[in-house]
Amino acid sequence: MHELSIAMSIVEMAEEEVARRGAQVNAVHLKLGALAGVVKEALLSSYEIACEGTDLEGSRLVVEEIPIVVYCPTCLSARTLSSTQWFVCPECNRPVSEVLHGRELEVSALEIQA
Amino acid sequence: MSSQPITQTRLVEVRKNVLKQNDILARELRQRFHDAGVYVVSLVSSPGSGKTAFLEKTLALLRSGYRVAALVGDLATENDAARLARSQVPVKQITTGTLCHLEAAMVRDALNGWDLDQLDFLFIENVGNLVCPSSYDIGEELRVVLLSVTEGEDKPLKYPTIFHTADLAVLTKMDLAEAVEFDLAAADSNIQRVRPGMRLLKVSSKSDAGMSEWLQFLAAVRTH
Repeated sequence: MHELSIAMSIVEMAEEEVARRGAQVNAVHLKLGALAGVVKEALLSSYEIACEGTDLEGSRLVVEEIPIVVYCPTCLSARTLSSTQWFVCPECNRPVSEVLHGRELEVSALEIQA
Repeated sequence: MSSQPITQTRLVEVRKNVLKQNDILARELRQRFHDAGVYVVSLVSSPGSGKTAFLEKTLALLRSGYRVAALVGDLATENDAARLARSQVPVKQITTGTLCHLEAAMVRDALNGWDLDQLDFLFIENVGNLVCPSSYDIGEELRVVLLSVTEGEDKPLKYPTIFHTADLAVLTKMDLAEAVEFDLAAADSNIQRVRPGMRLLKVSSKSDAGMSEWLQFLAAVRTH
């Protein structure tokens, strides 16, 4: 269960922005790839705990789940996979290994009080 | 109707990798390892898959031809380090406390006092866990995921992320394969499903079966 330390890093990053901009953060937007090794539900509950007693207390974590997108060398195009358990091109059924998206663990935006 | 104060919010783009700090440290470590000419191999697996036995055997066999050392991550005990010290190579324990994985900073700190120029191979045994270590780069050149025949053939499907971040799969406890009716073809097919093209080595730390192939593999990747 490493979601708590990840949540703490997110809060830390957001706090830096609070200090820099002097504005209150209402929500943190996060891009979470299917291959990031982080469980969304665990992260959401960890986030609440990590926010306690910080400037982020009461803020929301908005998670955008990013599916796995691979490059298929047979079709010569990007393909979205529906499962983390099967790395085959959904069009031509050949094995695919070049991951273009799905590893993201990235704070993408902050909702701040205007 | 009471008037609610209207709070306006605006969205500002940030785009910051949450694990940036770890990734930067890992890159620095990788560069240090490269400059020192030491090849770094990390081992990940579930608890009880035979990581320590496999590492113990590897260190003992490599010792005659190479300068080797090991770092071992463990939650609470120093048992693994004590076991590995029997192979008479430098071994250091990283006790992670309650942390379920190693991070780049822990590896960096554990290396204090070691002269990397004096090493050919450094092994890093991660904490027994198939989930958390997958998110953390620790600067290794080769990540090996171990799977024992007693764990069942479907482990790769249950933990695709760790298999996806690894470079090589090693099937351990092959001496027990027959007794537990292990289906090698099914296991390999599951590995190929989550990580097409991944090489699979079959070993037994008890009988030494497959160990020479593993040593040849290490010698080849090191000079590559």
